[in-house]
Amino acid sequence: MLRYILRRLLTAIPTLFVIVTMAFFLIRVAPGGPFNQERGLSPEIRANLEAQFGLDDPLWLQYAHYLGNLLRGNFGPSYNLPDFTVTELFAKGLPISVQLGTSALILALLLGSVLGTIAALNQNKVGDYMVIALATAGSTIPTFVIAPVIQLVFGLTWKLLPIGGWGDGALINKIGPVLTLALPQIAIVARLMRGSMIESLRSHHIRTARALGLSDWSVVVKHALRGAILPIVSFTGPAAAALLTGSVIVETIFSIPGVGRYFVDAALNRDYTLVMGTVVVIALFTIVFNLIVDVMYAVVDPRVRYD
Amino acid sequence: MATPETILSVKDLRVRFRTLDGAVEAVKGINIHVNAGETVAVVGESGSGKSQTMMAAMSLLASNGEATGHVDYRGRNLLTMTKSDLNKVRGAKISMIFQEPMTSLDPLYSIGNQLIEPIRKHRGLNAAEAREEALKLLRLVHIPDPERRMKSYPHEMSGGQRQRVMIAMALANDPDILIADEPTTALDVTIQAQILTLLAELQRKLGMAIVFITHDLGIVRRFADRVYVMRYGEVVEEGEAEALFANPQHAYTKMLLAAEPTGTKAPPPANAPVLLEGRNVEVTFKIGGGFLAGEPLLLRAVDHISIRLKRNQTIGIVGESGSGKSTLGRALLRLLPSDGVIRFGDRDISTADRQAMRPLRREMQLVFQDPFGSLSPRMTVGQVITEGLLVHEPNLSGKQRDQRAVEALLEVGLDPNARNRYPHEFSGGQRQRIAIARAMILKPKLVVLDEPTSALDRSVQKQIVELLRKLQADHELSYLFISHDLAVVRAMADYIIVMKQGKIVEEGPTEEIFSNPQAAYTQTLMNAAIDVTRFRLSA
Repeated sequence: MLRYILRRLLTAIPTLFVIVTMAFFLIRVAPGGPFNQERGLSPEIRANLEAQFGLDDPLWLQYAHYLGNLLRGNFGPSYNLPDFTVTELFAKGLPISVQLGTSALILALLLGSVLGTIAALNQNKVGDYMVIALATAGSTIPTFVIAPVIQLVFGLTWKLLPIGGWGDGALINKIGPVLTLALPQIAIVARLMRGSMIESLRSHHIRTARALGLSDWSVVVKHALRGAILPIVSFTGPAAAALLTGSVIVETIFSIPGVGRYFVDAALNRDYTLVMGTVVVIALFTIVFNLIVDVMYAVVDPRVRYD
Repeated sequence: MATPETILSVKDLRVRFRTLDGAVEAVKGINIHVNAGETVAVVGESGSGKSQTMMAAMSLLASNGEATGHVDYRGRNLLTMTKSDLNKVRGAKISMIFQEPMTSLDPLYSIGNQLIEPIRKHRGLNAAEAREEALKLLRLVHIPDPERRMKSYPHEMSGGQRQRVMIAMALANDPDILIADEPTTALDVTIQAQILTLLAELQRKLGMAIVFITHDLGIVRRFADRVYVMRYGEVVEEGEAEALFANPQHAYTKMLLAAEPTGTKAPPPANAPVLLEGRNVEVTFKIGGGFLAGEPLLLRAVDHISIRLKRNQTIGIVGESGSGKSTLGRALLRLLPSDGVIRFGDRDISTADRQAMRPLRREMQLVFQDPFGSLSPRMTVGQVITEGLLVHEPNLSGKQRDQRAVEALLEVGLDPNARNRYPHEFSGGQRQRIAIARAMILKPKLVVLDEPTSALDRSVQKQIVELLRKLQADHELSYLFISHDLAVVRAMADYIIVMKQGKIVEEGPTEEIFSNPQAAYTQTLMNAAIDVTRFRLSA
């Protein structure tokens, strides 16, 4: 297993290299640059700024410099937020996005699994239809609708939650954004769980367990659930990578200083270094979480062996 | 003599399934009883309701099924019991083993864990005591090295071993009744014999009653005291096993007893031309390997096999699962990469690529085991059987193709109107006829038949065997007949190759192999087959 993890981490290096290279040149293909938008900079000042950041070098040299810096863990300065380096921006924002994402993910996995199991056990009965209705609503109502509704109902009308802001990470400030982030995921997990649980409950070894007179609790929780959880495990990898790297919509609506906004803002402002930093972070999260998922798979299912 | 005590009595049991097409009655008011310590067989073909009867008794019906009537165990109706009362009977007093040893154990838990759970549940032992009991049970069912096997997972064991573990689980709490639902059907014939011997031995030791649900009259004859014959959800005949076999009353029972494929195939003339020849054919599979993963494991599935199939000849390739018989068939058709020399007619096709093979494909056809999976559910039967013509005779008009479809269907004994219907409307035997029509419409010279009768009921098998023999006689076909079923092979083939672990252990004309098998393995196969699963009315 250790050998497998090592092999996966080693193969991540060329993957990252390809992603970084593609992102580097793709963003340069987009017209414009960090200092030539509607700011009315005089050509001299612009030339100075570009010279300062090395943007007047040939592209291949810039690429070589960037790679060299990246290898030393230096993401470079942000062009649009010149007081900060990209590393500093992530050091401040990433923990916030990770906190929100992790809470949302855990909530989604717990609640979604329970709802999906309830639906499967009551297949084609009232409980099932209620969960399906909830799941359909959860996955069709967009977050930019859910978030303002939560702000309106819980913030403005009932005054139970703050309307926005991070409040230095106070629990009450997290409830709104976490709910908004979690709701669509709950819906997806519930539907996945329902499907795999129905299949699991029909499998032959569940029939065996019932024939042996095991209690419903053991049949459902010990035997059916463990088999049904596998699709959820594979779903968790990409979902975690997406949730933990922040959501531009949720962070904007609730005024949360996370990193979700960076990708969109930076891309629009041609803040090359920040875009690249975001790409690297998201790629790393995706690679690592997919690896964790594959390892978890082997833990849950003894038939999966990687060596 | 005291009358034996009746411990299970099924009275007026009805089982109904709600389906989209309305309610379907699978069991129509049957009466069955089981006495302490006896062996009862419930016999019938697929769809007879024999399994659903016992599933209903154990409350294991699918969620759209419902059972009415009485299933009384020592005077208490299992159908009306509360779930917690029922769970004190299931797995303790009445236990059950199933047809599917590969999937009936939970793949995610170790054998030990799965054995210990019901022991603790029913007997209230602590973990250490239950573990001791589990070890005892594994020894009882002759699992070698039980200490180590406790930690094994189901996928690490063979089908036969898994069925032994199932039996151990079923016997864990010293049941009154063991219900065995086709316990050996999915196993190789030598393993079948071992499992049945084990069950008989355990019954002698432990004295429980056994209810065999089976389609296999060999098992019934060897093991059962009393027999119920079921058909379309009703018991059509019942009685003492001896008497029933000696003097069957109902027409259906008589038909079942006579359903063994009969007849033999005469060898082709000595000067018949060789159609297909393989010399030193070898197929090797690579397992694993890749970046940093070390050397791949090489598995030789077919090991230096030479074969000569003449025109109008049938070679039966016999072997148990994993012997490489299907792989050999595919390699000879160049559907798998192989080493060695393969000649078809006067052409060397050893290295022919897909393109070069295409014109030859119409002359070499393949019929598969699974009549349910091998026909596209979204095409009409007519489209299914004429698809090959589109490739091989592209100049035919739609009308001509339709005419050919009619001829092909008539030839395999189906109503030509079948061509406008979809495969799911047909039974297993009819679908196999459609699959044969699909091969025959191209007027092939060679047909590889890969277990074409194994998924079918005995009475249907017999018809398919007769059809295949007639087609062979009419068209001078050559068959490569791959099967684990010796009775069918005997009726089909004039020459037999016995395979084990990729190698030929014995070959020769059919009657020689059957009357005087030389290799120890062939003898084991024959004995197991004749001993257990074959029954001849005349014997």
